[in-house]
Amino acid sequence: MTCTEFLAQLDEMLDQDAALPLRADLEEHLRSCEHCEITLNTTRKTIQIYRSHELYELPDDLRERLHQAILAKCRKC
Amino acid sequence: MAAFEKLVRQYDRQVFRIANHIVQNREDAEDVVQDAFLKAYEKLDQFQGNSKFYTWLVRIAVNEALMRLRKRRTGKMVSIDEDVETEEGSMPRDLADWSPDPEALYGQSEMGDILRKTIQGLPPGFRVVFVLRDVDGLSTEETAETLGLSIPAVKSRLLRARLQLRERLSRYFKRRGPKQAQGGVK
Repeated sequence: MTCTEFLAQLDEMLDQDAALPLRADLEEHLRSCEHCEITLNTTRKTIQIYRSHELYELPDDLRERLHQAILAKCRKC
Repeated sequence: MAAFEKLVRQYDRQVFRIANHIVQNREDAEDVVQDAFLKAYEKLDQFQGNSKFYTWLVRIAVNEALMRLRKRRTGKMVSIDEDVETEEGSMPRDLADWSPDPEALYGQSEMGDILRKTIQGLPPGFRVVFVLRDVDGLSTEETAETLGLSIPAVKSRLLRARLQLRERLSRYFKRRGPKQAQGGVK
């Protein structure tokens, strides 16, 4: 398996839903290729970091203001 | 109305997040949230129970956000397909390993700035796929339905979005020191 072939299956590795025979090939490639191992691990970390940081918090005061505005508009229509 | 208010409370944070990721401006994002919920309320009778309310709502919000972007760019067309033909990120270039705990390298607010700046550099069609799939946790099928894209298109955009973000974050998170991957890309 080449790195390009491995990368084409990266999502399956990340989502852990690769079919078993394919997974064995992917894991064998990983054991011999540090590049792909780093790419897999750092891509996994990228997803984790974005998932664990709320980049656009909705503060309570703004939230209340938005609710009031939405409901007032809905009542008018 | 009470039932609709409950839906607003249930989904407002996600809609606000997605709107911000597309328009990248808080005031516009607030308008998108209001307009999306209002439109959803007006069209409630058109909502078909065979898709989830949330994916239907996000579809409305994404369209509102793209319209808002278009207005800001004085009428220039903005679509979910913009700039997606780039080859950038399809093959990793920065192959240095990351620090074992990259989050410890930066304070909370600095980390937020890095993550926002990094994702803002992606085309809107990549950002929104990444946010729906990886941050919001929608399935590939739900993301495709929400955005009106095919499943292969969602998979292709997601892969490139993930690789581009990884590549761009490497400059902040890479291990300081001599450890680099050995050997070449096969």
